[in-house]
Amino acid sequence: MKILVGIKRVVDYNVRIRVLSDGSGVDTDGVKMSVNPFDEIALEEALRIRDAGNAEEVIVVSAGGDECQQQLRTGLAMGADRAIQIQTSADLQPLSTARAFLKIIEREDPGLVLLGKQAIDDDNSQTAQMLAALWDRPQATFASKLELDGQSATVTREVDAGLETIEVDLPAVISVDLRLNEPRFVKLPDIMKAKRKPLDVIPLEELGVAAEGNLEVGHYAPPPQREKGIMVEDAAQLVEELKNRGLI
Amino acid sequence: MDYPEIREAIAKLCKQFPGKYWQQLDREHAYPTEFVRTVAEAGYLSVMIPEEYGGSGLGLPAACAVLEEIQRSGCNGGACHAQVYTMGTLLRHGSKKQKEHYLPRVASGELRLQAFAVTEPASGTDTTRIRTRAVRDGNDYVVNGQKVFISRAEHSDLMILLVRTTPRDQVKKTTEGMSVLIVDLREAVGNGLTIKPIDTMMNHSSTELFIDNLRVPVENLIGEADKGFRYILDGMNAERILIASECIGDARFFIEKASSYATERVVFARPIGQNQGVQFPIAKAYAQTEAAALMVNHAAQLFEVGKPCGAEANMAKMLAAEAAWFAGDTCVQTFGGYGFAKEYDIERKFRETRLYQVAPISTNLILSHIATHVLNMPKSF
Repeated sequence: MKILVGIKRVVDYNVRIRVLSDGSGVDTDGVKMSVNPFDEIALEEALRIRDAGNAEEVIVVSAGGDECQQQLRTGLAMGADRAIQIQTSADLQPLSTARAFLKIIEREDPGLVLLGKQAIDDDNSQTAQMLAALWDRPQATFASKLELDGQSATVTREVDAGLETIEVDLPAVISVDLRLNEPRFVKLPDIMKAKRKPLDVIPLEELGVAAEGNLEVGHYAPPPQREKGIMVEDAAQLVEELKNRGLI
Repeated sequence: MDYPEIREAIAKLCKQFPGKYWQQLDREHAYPTEFVRTVAEAGYLSVMIPEEYGGSGLGLPAACAVLEEIQRSGCNGGACHAQVYTMGTLLRHGSKKQKEHYLPRVASGELRLQAFAVTEPASGTDTTRIRTRAVRDGNDYVVNGQKVFISRAEHSDLMILLVRTTPRDQVKKTTEGMSVLIVDLREAVGNGLTIKPIDTMMNHSSTELFIDNLRVPVENLIGEADKGFRYILDGMNAERILIASECIGDARFFIEKASSYATERVVFARPIGQNQGVQFPIAKAYAQTEAAALMVNHAAQLFEVGKPCGAEANMAKMLAAEAAWFAGDTCVQTFGGYGFAKEYDIERKFRETRLYQVAPISTNLILSHIATHVLNMPKSF
């Protein structure tokens, strides 16, 4: 079985995000970029499945400009066998990404697709769901535990009410949550080995997918400055103050 | 910056060892065993060991990137940086048998080769005056003498030891008559070698060595007898360039801390960093650091292609150590009282980075080298 893992290049989670003064986006000039943390967890899970003998190959896929090859190399250094870059200069929306991934699925025929539950830049959390629908295969999102059993997978999902366990037939799309595992560190010799692993570049047009979108971003704005708080004596005063502010 | 993938990976690994970890070790004057083991096992200390011996076979600039990022992340590479370069003497001048015997296990981290014993109580930079003497007796050398400020001897399995095999008054040139031995500390301690820790301002595991009839097998001699001084010299350039990289990392740590604190900390209803009296020193520290980083990079590139780099390695170390010190001082000033509070890690890094204007060579000796060797002014000693 092959496992396909999606990897997105995003602003590193430690970076303090700065909105551009004209509100057209977020400042990424000279900003540290990393693999989306949820994608790293997806890859770690794929590697563990492979290393336990339940898969033969782990392929990392990313859609973006050539700069995303750095994140693909990180994936290869973690242990993925090969990488595919879907080359595009466009900022793909979830539906286009899902369509492009579907084309890769048709070429590679994976038994499992593992994606992060969302990317920490736009927090859309849509690609996995859309991909499962387009592919017409089961989906299990927000996985915090994953067990494979031949032709099916038992997935524990983190939902608002707690945990939900479901079983899905494979092939399936599974999106992973934070608590699924703790990704490994990249070792220096593996960084060297990663340079020699195959990385295929496929232009988006070659897949017959258009970088069109039905979403339009109005503008970006930083969250308002937090106002100074007050100290209250007791619960009664707290309720009073909340009422005065029209909050309850 | 060069080697982005290596920088990213080592920085991530260092995150596992936050300020709290170092603060506790500092309080207890304990060695960061877990940090060193983790970094070694992940292959970052064998960066310069050739692939045939199990390392990554990368050059000095890659090793510089590793050490810079360790320091920049708030960790202290001083505990293990010598594992990166001490093996250079063995690699360049050791026999094939010695290299095959030691290097693969140094590369895997199983053997720690991070003690390098040159300095003595009566001879510092005037290395040719060392008194530790090795006399041949059958298949052994019998060594007697004393060494001081030997870092990490208690946390190393092997040590490179410089000894006199021919007395200074019996050689034509004073740089002759010295030899380099590999000492297996696991066997030597208690059998002629006594290690005594020196309590210092920072947690650096410095020690004093007392050597009394220590027997070292002749097969542990590196290269030829009496030619050892030359063997340690080229290692010193690598050491200076790597330590300069650590200083650049320290400087970047301080500048990042200071600029972000100055942006956040509000006094009189505005961030303190809005005041030029606060922001200018930080900007100046940045300019000095970037300039020093260029010299470090220049020296590393020269070393890498095998060109003479003595003056550049010296200048890189001096400029980077001064940039780190100025950045540290500026950072303390920016943080005010909090700069002295241990939980911010600034006072610790401030103490740690002061070392590099003294070790591995003091600034005055660098200036004297530039004055006499580069500018051809009269020698002062």
